[in-house]
Amino acid sequence: MLVVKNINVFYGVINAVKDISFEVNEGEIVTLIGANGAGKSTILKTVSGMIRPASGFIEFLGSDITSVESFKLVKRGLAHVPEGRRIFLNLTVQENLDMGGYIQSSSEVKALQQSVYERFPRLRERRNQIAGTLSGGEQQMLAIGRALMGRPKLMMLDEPSMGLAPILVDQIFEIIKELNKAGTTILLVEQNARMALTIANRGYVLETGRIVLSDTAKNLLVDDSVKQAYLGG
Amino acid sequence: MTLLSQIINGIQIGSIYALVALGYSMVYGIVKLINFAHGEIIMVGAYCAWYLIARLNMPAWIAVFFAILLCVILGVTIEIVAYKPLRNSARISLLITAIGISLLLQNLAQLLFKADPRMFANLFPGSKPFLGLQLTNATLVTIAVSVVLMAALSLMVSKTKIGKAMRAVSEDKAIAELMGINVNTTISFTFAIGSALAAIAAVLYCCSYSQIEPTMGSMLGLKAFVAAVLGGIGIIPGAVLGGFLIGVFESLTKGFISSNLADAVVFGILIVVLLIKPTGIFGKNRREKV
Ligand SMILES: Nc1ncnc2c1ncn2[C@@H]1O[C@H](COP(=O)(O)OP(=O)(O)O)[C@@H](O)[C@H]1O
Ligand SMILES: [Mg+2]
Repeated sequence: MLVVKNINVFYGVINAVKDISFEVNEGEIVTLIGANGAGKSTILKTVSGMIRPASGFIEFLGSDITSVESFKLVKRGLAHVPEGRRIFLNLTVQENLDMGGYIQSSSEVKALQQSVYERFPRLRERRNQIAGTLSGGEQQMLAIGRALMGRPKLMMLDEPSMGLAPILVDQIFEIIKELNKAGTTILLVEQNARMALTIANRGYVLETGRIVLSDTAKNLLVDDSVKQAYLGG
Repeated sequence: MTLLSQIINGIQIGSIYALVALGYSMVYGIVKLINFAHGEIIMVGAYCAWYLIARLNMPAWIAVFFAILLCVILGVTIEIVAYKPLRNSARISLLITAIGISLLLQNLAQLLFKADPRMFANLFPGSKPFLGLQLTNATLVTIAVSVVLMAALSLMVSKTKIGKAMRAVSEDKAIAELMGINVNTTISFTFAIGSALAAIAAVLYCCSYSQIEPTMGSMLGLKAFVAAVLGGIGIIPGAVLGGFLIGVFESLTKGFISSNLADAVVFGILIVVLLIKPTGIFGKNRREKV
């Protein structure tokens, strides 16, 4: 579904992502794990066209998207739930969802909104509230709901559990599993490596911009070096 | 009675300031640029309408239509050619570019139309009695048209898809893009709306003040800019309120103190606002994201 081949990404002279290749197959949950600054967010931003790789190519659903503009990718079924949620704080909950469904027809927006509200009843209760007044967990739900409005085939999530209380973390991971069951392929970036590997099929381990290890999630969970570096020994 | 008539005069010129201030404010809201060329759009709109009516004898409504069209094309072209390439540069470069464009347009107008003022024939002659006063039709039309346009604009921004997209883009361009919003188109659309309002303001202004000259846009633009800052730049109701307030202050100063002081009062207000509450009346006291 998603094939990333030998991409290099620079910020000025900093080579943040070095010759990285990986793939995500339809129906999978794939996770990228790695320490802060390893290059995880940069990879997602490159896939969604927010930044351009200096070299390499990216293929999504069989077509080359390396230089496709960011705003054209939703239509192809790619969603990116960014790090730090980045919902529109000055817009209401409902307006945020409207923006998520920007490319949909207005009748579809209605139907999609209903399904988002069914999944997240809290959001329905707060639909006319300014999004900036939501709690962290609600904001993350809104960020995911907003992405769902685009009917994604592949959803990329960047640290969805960041800054949330443990009970909410469990809830978010539960939602990701459900979305995957319902047919959405998932590319998940997490610092919470244990949780991510628990729900994922496969994982890639990143260190300072390089992939140092890739395996099934099951194997990574018992890998000594992974345990030592990311699972707390 | 003279108080009431000064206030109505103030509302009349104030609604013109408000229309122009909306252009400053919306553009600032979306690209964080004080578009100093905006005043010159007014001047272009005025000359276009004047030329078509006085020289080519076109019916007024067609002339106004073409004036709006020309201003929209000009505003959007300036944005695409001059501002867009600098969108990620330092803001001072953008500001200097805007001032450059403004001077360019002013000088171009002097070259094309000469520096001496031209007479613009009032499109709405006559007057009507109102609350014991005799109000010119131009005043009534100006206030009515402005109020309708402002209501339509605020409805558009709050309810329509493009209006919500404008707000989303002004908050976070990268994320708006991820939603499938074409950010460039949305920004161009904002410039188009601002320029159209400026063209309409130009015609309304000329109906009451009858003289047009190449520099007319600078003072009008500057006062509208003060109005936008007073209300809170980037905030649509702020531009409207700011426009009316500046108009009324100016008119009362002219009526009861001295005509010569009116401009000083307007810029005095700017200084006071910048000292006391730089974010303006409706502005949140939030630190600006850079
Ligand atoms: N906008 C930026 N400008 C310069 N350097 C950046 C920028 N964003 C990230 N970096 C650098 O790129 C590297 C990778 O960052 P990032 O992809 O955010 O890592 P992660 O998401 O794994 O924490 C880090 O060294 C970071 O400092
Ligand atoms: Mg990150």
